[in-house]
Amino acid sequence: MMSEVQFRFRDDDPVSDPAVTVDAFAEQTNATAVRVEPGDDARELLPHLDRLRLIEVNFPAFTDGRGYSSARVLREAGFDGEIRAVGEVTIDMLSHMRRCGIDAFAPEKALNEADAQAAFDRWADVYQATADGRQPIWAKRHPA
Amino acid sequence: MYKYDNYDQQMVDTRVEEFRDQVRRRLTGELSEEQFRPLRLQNGLYLQLHAYMLRVAVPYGTLSSAQMRMLGDIADKYDRGYGHFTTRQNIQYNWIKLEETPQILADLASVEMHAIQTSGNCIRNISSDQYAGAAADELIDPRPYAELLRQWSSFHPEFLTLPRKFKIAVIASDTDRAAMRLHDIGIQMVRNDAGEIGARFYVGGGMGRTPMIGPMVREFVPLDQLITYSEACLRVYNRYGRRDNKYKARIKILVHELGKDEYTRQVEEEFQHLLSQGIEPPIAELERIKQYFVDPAFETGLSDELDLSDPDFRLWVERNTEAHKQAGYVIATVSLKPVGGIPGDATADQIRLMADLARDYSFDELRVTHAQNIVFPHVKKADLYTLWQKLDAAELSTANLDTIGDIIACPGLDYCSLANARSIPIAQKISERFVAKQEEIGEMKLKISGCINACGHHHAGHIGILGVDRKGKENYQLLLGGSEGADTSLGQITGPGFDEDGIVDAVEKATEVYLAKREGDERFLDTYRRIGMAPFKEALYG
Repeated sequence: MMSEVQFRFRDDDPVSDPAVTVDAFAEQTNATAVRVEPGDDARELLPHLDRLRLIEVNFPAFTDGRGYSSARVLREAGFDGEIRAVGEVTIDMLSHMRRCGIDAFAPEKALNEADAQAAFDRWADVYQATADGRQPIWAKRHPA
Repeated sequence: MYKYDNYDQQMVDTRVEEFRDQVRRRLTGELSEEQFRPLRLQNGLYLQLHAYMLRVAVPYGTLSSAQMRMLGDIADKYDRGYGHFTTRQNIQYNWIKLEETPQILADLASVEMHAIQTSGNCIRNISSDQYAGAAADELIDPRPYAELLRQWSSFHPEFLTLPRKFKIAVIASDTDRAAMRLHDIGIQMVRNDAGEIGARFYVGGGMGRTPMIGPMVREFVPLDQLITYSEACLRVYNRYGRRDNKYKARIKILVHELGKDEYTRQVEEEFQHLLSQGIEPPIAELERIKQYFVDPAFETGLSDELDLSDPDFRLWVERNTEAHKQAGYVIATVSLKPVGGIPGDATADQIRLMADLARDYSFDELRVTHAQNIVFPHVKKADLYTLWQKLDAAELSTANLDTIGDIIACPGLDYCSLANARSIPIAQKISERFVAKQEEIGEMKLKISGCINACGHHHAGHIGILGVDRKGKENYQLLLGGSEGADTSLGQITGPGFDEDGIVDAVEKATEVYLAKREGDERFLDTYRRIGMAPFKEALYG
């Protein structure tokens, strides 16, 4: 089951390598794409980030928020390849996923384009510093 | 009190637009009810037994009179003319229409209020000491730290689908008036040996079906690491909290199963990592927030004399007022527990009256307490009698704070879709039964929940009552010995439960044991702790 990438916020060429599981990845030294399930520890990938081009973060249920932490952990460790949300990705998750460093979206059920665009554009400002590089409100209040 | 700047206002306004759009997609069917549910919950909207219920946030329980007036107007315009103040210092409306909710949120935003994250599996409204900024016994005002946490936790992208709800309380005095250690995170602002202010973290407390008192996981977090440490606590929970069983999903279970030491070790490791990520607001931001919490312009040199010749006034002063840090001032609490009334309810007219009185007699400020009452935090003693007369004329002068009549009760089966039994009628019967003996019994915290989710805090009551369903009939279990103060303890069940009238009789028997056995000026709780459960069991079941 491979869903199409519907939204992508990167300039490099899309990665189409098939993703392997985190367990299998440890054995396959030539794999360049991996899929992180909610129960996986994304930190197991940190020693191998330089050979990864794509990390899929799976959201089997939109109510399970572990993938947000996984994405941020990967970005905080300096991963600059594609992090793609797959699974039950819905309109109202999009802006939060972006904030956690997810930069490609392959929802299992395609989303309404206009609604999705509105969701991506929703928040002109943000309260927290995260891995997305946006300047939080507190930084704007106190310019260095 | 805190005032929104353009950024804060824009965040709340944006949220209103987002929710308007979500409601539109729900009404067109683009969103299923299953998909819509967590979205509406994170805007405080529940689907209850008879209608939608909207829970409005009152951050750290502080309200201006303009905000209070709006709460009254909303009760009239969109509900049935009353509102219900809750144990988390919020207010909820029980008869709301889905289509009108975006407009209610817009009305709230016009007075810098919202319903953001008052429900759902996210970080909820931050609660605090209702006497913050006024109490004679506090180290500092805890609210600036609560406001810093409010902004951090609002729309935090990583923590909007936690395993379960997450409640944070911040206090700054040893007298805990916020049940701090019964929160997912309880923070006490403290001063260390070097004279610096910092935050002591307790993690993993909670009520519900598995009540636990939160252990201390860090004695002192410096102020310039407060957000970073909180983030570490939350991240460990988001990654490793149980998601296989919603009844085991609160952080208290994670802390319990890992053990406090292992949980703490994981948090410290995450914390060390996050310190390098630049996520902490500068101290200048805390200083900016603090400016909004400076003392109002108290008059100095005022007398502390009060004319107590009116006996009704005297009783109210003794029961419902508390020492203020400023000479000549007092903290006055309005009990929303009239005899036979619904705990925490107020009519729209009463809400607006309290707004006017706060404007005239309390520097424009009110507080909601976790015991479901309303506080005027800064009343000049010279004005107190006038204030009391005006409250009295509006049936708001019940003198029963911290007595058996000052009952905490959840909405129960009269409203709530989770409840197993009614709570409100039990509260009404108890307040009627004991009105004559209330002074003799003295300090008593009686708390009633209509199911094991414990919204009525029954575990923390000197006397607790838990409604259950027993073979299709409402049945009430009695607990004794709980407390939520600095001496937090969990109540113990006495034995088999009682029916609706039986539970009121059982409470009476328990108070009779206390009155017969008490020594000196012992409270019910003290006597129970000294003599134990056995004499009470004997009287109840012997």
